[in-house]
This record gives sequence, structure tokens and C-alpha cells, in this order.
Amino acid sequence: METQTLTPRPSLFRRVFSTDHRTIARQYFFLSIFAVITGVCLSLLMRYHLVWPHEKVRWFEAIWSVRAEGGIMTEELYLSLMTLHGTIMVFFVLTLAPLNAFSNLVLPEQLGRREMAFPRLNMLSFWITLVSFLTLLASCVLDEGGPIAGWTAYPPLSAVGAVSGPGEGLGQTLWFVSIGIFCIGSLLAAMNIISTVIECRRPGMSLMQMPLTCWNWFVTSILSVLSFPVLLAAGLLILLDRLVGTSFFVPGDLLIAEQHNPHAGGSPLLWQHLFWFFGHPEVYIAILPGMGIVSHIISNFSRRAPFSYRACVWAPVAIAFLGMLVWGHHMFISGISPYSALTFSLVTMSIGAPSAVLVLNWLGTTFRAARLEFPTAMLFCLGFVSLFVTGGLTGLYLGQPEIDAYFHDTAFVVAHFHMIMGMAALFAVFAATFYWFPLMFGRMLNERLGKLHFYLTFIGAYALFLPMHFAGFAGNPRRYADFTNFDFLQAVMPLQHWITMTAFALGAVQLIFIWNLFSSIWRGAPATANPWSGSTLEWNPDGEISTLGPYSYSNSGSETN
Amino acid sequence: MLLGLILLITTLAACLLITHPPVWFPVAITGPAHAFDGQFTWTLWVTGILFIAAQLLLAGIILRRRAANSVPAPSSSGVRASLLAAAAMIAVEVALAAHGSSPLSHATAKNPEIIEVYAHQFAWNFRYPGPDGVFGRVKTEFIADAAGNPVGIDPSDSRGNDDVVVSTLRIPAGRPVRLMLHSRDVIHDFFVRELRTKQDIVPGMEIPLDVLADRPGQYEIACAELCGLAHNQMHGVLLVMPAEDYDQWKLKH
Ligand code: HEM
Ligand SMILES: [Cu+2]
Ligand SMILES: [Cu+2]
Repeated sequence: METQTLTPRPSLFRRVFSTDHRTIARQYFFLSIFAVITGVCLSLLMRYHLVWPHEKVRWFEAIWSVRAEGGIMTEELYLSLMTLHGTIMVFFVLTLAPLNAFSNLVLPEQLGRREMAFPRLNMLSFWITLVSFLTLLASCVLDEGGPIAGWTAYPPLSAVGAVSGPGEGLGQTLWFVSIGIFCIGSLLAAMNIISTVIECRRPGMSLMQMPLTCWNWFVTSILSVLSFPVLLAAGLLILLDRLVGTSFFVPGDLLIAEQHNPHAGGSPLLWQHLFWFFGHPEVYIAILPGMGIVSHIISNFSRRAPFSYRACVWAPVAIAFLGMLVWGHHMFISGISPYSALTFSLVTMSIGAPSAVLVLNWLGTTFRAARLEFPTAMLFCLGFVSLFVTGGLTGLYLGQPEIDAYFHDTAFVVAHFHMIMGMAALFAVFAATFYWFPLMFGRMLNERLGKLHFYLTFIGAYALFLPMHFAGFAGNPRRYADFTNFDFLQAVMPLQHWITMTAFALGAVQLIFIWNLFSSIWRGAPATANPWSGSTLEWNPDGEISTLGPYSYSNSGSETN
Repeated sequence: MLLGLILLITTLAACLLITHPPVWFPVAITGPAHAFDGQFTWTLWVTGILFIAAQLLLAGIILRRRAANSVPAPSSSGVRASLLAAAAMIAVEVALAAHGSSPLSHATAKNPEIIEVYAHQFAWNFRYPGPDGVFGRVKTEFIADAAGNPVGIDPSDSRGNDDVVVSTLRIPAGRPVRLMLHSRDVIHDFFVRELRTKQDIVPGMEIPLDVLADRPGQYEIACAELCGLAHNQMHGVLLVMPAEDYDQWKLKH
């Protein structure tokens, strides 16, 4: 990958504020690595507090002198860590890594033109996103504490300022500003991806000859363009409520902490509609690129075209389309009408159909494999399939309003979305990292460490999140800072201890990956041009565009007969 | 392949967890709660079978010793199989939905006993209309927690003089009750596990929740919508009393 040696090295400024898509990909990648490390550390602090709420930890006090006085984490500190954890994971890990980082790295190469449609816009998107991240972190180091309203930030709690709780003053304002900035960055990035797919394909490559990864980034970006503006608008409105005194989301006649609230006439449910109109597509923004990555890599290591390329294109399109119409399933118990509940339920359940098609295709491709290979990237893809099935099936519970009425806002939901977003989507990112690492750094990740990391993470994911569903069966509410105030929660505590133990184990195992990553960047084995014998253009820059589609393995000779 | 074995073990472990659960649901005390348990069990069977089938298939593919040249099948069969999978999934979901009760079917009780629920950061209050059977007017400006008027009963409205405001929710067993949910500040949520349901309490809205409990006992009310720093302390008590005891209690208040 040392193609730069002939031209003079660009200035430091040019290398930092680079318009080169691979550099930007690396920048996004490292930002999300930093974010995920932060997010996991936060979750471990939370898990510790949940099972040992009264234990004194000296260094808590060293970091949060006010919010953890005497070394005991206060409830508001717990809730601010939770809010930060969720926000970081959803926005800065699951949106940036699978979509922005890897599409920048791979998409232009796979399309054969080797550049994005708008390089400078691309650079701008990244730096805007970085500003958003710094703003988010700033909201949490304030003395008054970070925002405590969760990543969904429901008003009135999030809209009326510091009266509703510590951290709900400047902290929550900064949170909304950060998310607003993030929306802008993501919008620009998504428009760039869409333009690139439409305008920057190598002549002769039709849409239906694009690799499945490109299709999924394309569809995901369309979802982004449709949903981020809604969040941006909602965020601006709520900022107006907070700063200017409008009342979009706050009804009149409220008495909060003994103080009469000046707002009048707004609707808290309006926020929920706007937020989830973004929020549900957002979870598909997180998972669709992963689906593309998995389809692509599974095909490579099965030495076989996908079971049905067309199904693998149209199923994500169907998922994205239906995904725009189901936001109400987050509001079954919010006081919406039973007719809306029924409609949202039916559409939600129908997403199961295209999802089943994808699972069939992944199984079908491996089943018909000319030869199955199991490098770490492939293992993570197979792990993805397993976790995707498990996490998807629990969606069939939550899609039924009657069942959701019990499980909503319990540990069952937490288990469900960690299985599918927290784990499955992250497995796709791991797979992509192992697979395209040669493209990113010109070296290979260590396969033995990679496999060790995979197996332990896979076992850890199930050991942690499968039992968590049972806490949901027992009705354990989520977003509780500790479980000391309810009798029925005492019976769940042994299970909670198990979850905390496995969380620490799972967290520790990630050190293997971090070690592998950084040692391979400097000292990994140099990569050959096409280390996986891939058929797509990122591995064969001068390759032909086959009329048989991007995955013409059976043609490539030696592997099959 | 190690992964195949791990998948087999995981599937087995999941089945064992279900047959030997570490914790489980509490008793169900209403008709809809019993219906929930039935629908949950049905969903568990359906998803359980899909879960086992998919994981075993994946494990099987990984463990299989393949013949060197097993490469038939044109891709058109892939499309057909995909459509089939979609149709099968829809059929499964229809089977799920057909077994459950429609969200539209909730029969509203005739002449329920009306009790008002007032949530605020971070406590519950409940108001009964008193002997006159009529609730007095409430206004936010009269709310005074310390002075014993947490719901803001207007002293100038005589219908309110006999209203009873308590911090334990008492309801009669076997009689329909309609809870009218109010919040004065942020969104809370009324969650009683034994009812198998929860309902958000949205400030500015009055949301009814019908309950017909069939089993006396003491149950815990939890707030299930993040409402601020002491959300986890918003504990309440639901006392389902035998109807005679309930009438006695009402007479005394
Ligand atoms: C070591 C792995 C992880 C552990 C132990 C963990 C733990 C937790 C805990 C304890 C909560 C609070 C649950 C509650 O009471 O509501 C939480 C919330 C959450 N987590 Fe994680 N988590 C992990 C990884 C992830 C990942 C990878 C994601 C990426 C999607 C993620 C996304 C979220 C989200 C979106 C929330 C909701 C925050 C909110 O309620 O506002 N987590 N997590
Ligand atoms: Cu959703
Ligand atoms: Cu509450």
C-alpha cells in the first residue's frame, strides 16, 4: 500500500485535514474505537454499581468529587453514565464504524473509481462529527453532572432545565447540541455516499453488479437522509423549549420540584413520535451495513456467489422501507390509540419476513459453499448470524403490544437490543476489521489472537445477555440506578451478580482485540494484494467487471472444479 | 469446528435455562394477565423452535464434512427459496397473532369504581371520591405536599372535602376498577408485574387503566419510565382486598 513514496510527503496539516477517503476512514475508525472503549468502561462502572451500590470506591471520588462523594456513586451519576454509554454506543460506535468508517474505506474501491464523490465534504463530515463527540464529552465533565435523561431524552424531563434533576441544566443542553451537530455530520456523509454510489461507479458497472456491501451502505444512507433531519428538527425545537421558552414538548400547568413551570400547551408525545421516527430507522442504520458486510464476507469464504444475490439486495431495501413505518412500536404503552398500536404491530412483525430471507441466504450460501474457510472474519460473520437470529426472535415478543406491555422498559428489552445491536452489529464490525485491515493498514491482524478473541467474545455475549432476558421475565425495570428499593428485585440479585461478572469478563477479553489491533498496525505481517482471494474490486483494482456479478467465485478456477 | 460445538452447547444451555429458570414471572391476578401468560408461552414455543432450528442448522453446516465438489444449483432457486422463507415467516407471525388477543378487543367495564392515581417525582398518591362519590376539583396551585394536599384539592369546592388521599392503592378483588392516571411533572409509568401491564403517565393527559383483580394480596407498584434521579425509588403498594374488607375500609375513611 506504499504508493505514496514517489510523491513528496504531504504536510502534516494536509495529512490531518485530509480529503483522502482512506485517511478519513481511519479517522472515523479510530474515533469509534476510542468511543467503544469509553462506552464499555462506562458500562462496567454501571454494572459494578448495580450489584454493589454501597461499596466505597476511592477513585470514584477522585474523578467525581461531588457526584461520588465518599466513593459512593450517586443515582444521578449512575444515570449520567448510562446516558453517556447509550449515546456513545448508538451514535459514535454503531453509526460511525459500520457506515462511515468502512464505507469510506471500501466503497470507492469496490466501485472501481477509488474516490468519493465529494472529498472535501467528506473531510468536513468527519470533523463535524468530532466536534459533536467533544461536545458530548463536555456535557459530562461539568460539576453539576451530566444529563440523566437516557439516549431517548424524553421531555418534560429533558426539556425543562435543571429543576427536573441534576445534569438537566447545561449538561442536557450540550447533549442536544452535540446530537444536533452529529445529525449534520451524518447527513453530509450520507449524501456523499449516495452520490458516490450513483455517480462514481466504474463505467460498465450497473447497480445490480455492485457488491452487497455497496447496496447496504447505499440503502442505509438513504435511511440516514430521511431520518436524521427529523431528529435535527426535533432537537432544535427542544432547544428552543429549553433556551427561548417555547413549548413544543412541555404541557402547561406543571409543578416540578415544587416550582410552577412557565411552559404551556406542548405535547410530550410529539417528541416521542419525532424521536422514534428517527430512532427506529437509526437501529437499522446500525445493522444494515453489518448485513451487507456479512453477506459479502460469507460469500468470500464460502467461495460461492450469495445464495440469491437479488434476495440479498431487496431484503435490506424492504427492511429499510418497513423500518420507516414502525416507530410507534416504541410507544405501545405511551397512551396511543389501540388502532395505531395494531397497525404498528402488524408492520413491525412483517419485518420478520425480509429478515428471515437474509438468514436463509446466509445459511444457504454456507450450505452450498464450494469450500468453507474459517478465518477470524468468517467466524465473526457466523457469530453474527447466530446472534442476529437470537436477537431477532425476541423482537417477536416486543412486536406484540400485549406482550410488550409487560416487557417494555424492563431488562428484557435491554437484553434484546444488546443482543442485536450491542453484539450482532459489533460482530459485523469485528468481521469487517479483520477482513479489510489489509486495506486499512497494509498489514494483517494476528489470526490466532483473533480466533481466541472471537471464541471468548461469542461465549461471553451469550453468557451475558441470554440470562439477562430472565431478569426481564421477573419484571426487572431498566434504567434503575440500583435495585435496593423493591422486594421483588432481591430475588433477581444473584442473576444480576452473574451478569456483572460476565460483563467484566467480556470487557477484559476485549483487551486481546485492542492488543491485536495496535500491535498489528505496527508489527503485523505485511499483507499481499489480495489476501483472501476476494473477487471484488477492492482486492483486484484492475479486475474486470464480470457479467456474472461481483461474486464470481466459481469462475475463478482453482477453488472449485 | 469449535464454533459448531459451541453453538450446540449454547442451544442446549438456552433450553436448560428455560426449563430451570433462575427467576420467573410472579403470579397473574387479572384476566388479561392470565391471557398474557398463555400468549407468552405460545410465543416461547414458536420462537423456541425457530431458535433451535436455526442454531442447529448453522452448527450442522459448520460441522458437516463436505464432499469436495458439491456445487450444483442455479441461483433462480435461491429467489424461490427466499420467497418461501418470507412466506413461512409471515405464516409463523399470523399463527402468533391469531393466538393473541387483539389490542382492540379490550372490553371496557361497565360502572367501574373510579380511583385517581397521582404520580410525581418520586412518589405515588391515590384519591378516592369519599362518601359523596364525587371527586372535588383539583388545581396545581393548591398542591402542597407538606400540608397534606399532594394532589391539589381546591378547598373552595365542597365536593372535595370528603375526598380521601392515601399513599397505598387499595382496590377490591372481583370488582372492576378504573384507574385514572395523572402526573404533575414528568412522564412516569404505572407498572404492576402481577397485572402484566404497564401504562405511561403523561403530564397533561389523563389516561385510564382498567383493572379487575381476582386475587387478594399485596403487590409492588414500580415506576417504569425514567423520571429523574430517584426513579428507582418510586415504590408504591397495591393492596387487593376482599370486597367486604374494602367496603369496610371505605366506610372508615
Ligand atoms: C460489555 C458490554 C456491555 C454492557 C455490560 C452493557 C451494559 C449496559 C447497561 C447496564 C445498561 C443500562 C440498562 C438499563 O438499566 O437501562 C446499558 C444500556 C444501553 N446500552 Fe449497553 N452494555 C454493553 C455494550 C453495549 C453496546 C456494544 C451497545 C451498542 C449498541 C450498547 C448500547 C446500549 C444502549 C443504547 C443502552 C440504553 C441507554 C439508555 O437507556 O438510554 N451497550 N448497557
Ligand atoms: Cu423500533
Ligand atoms: Cu417515576
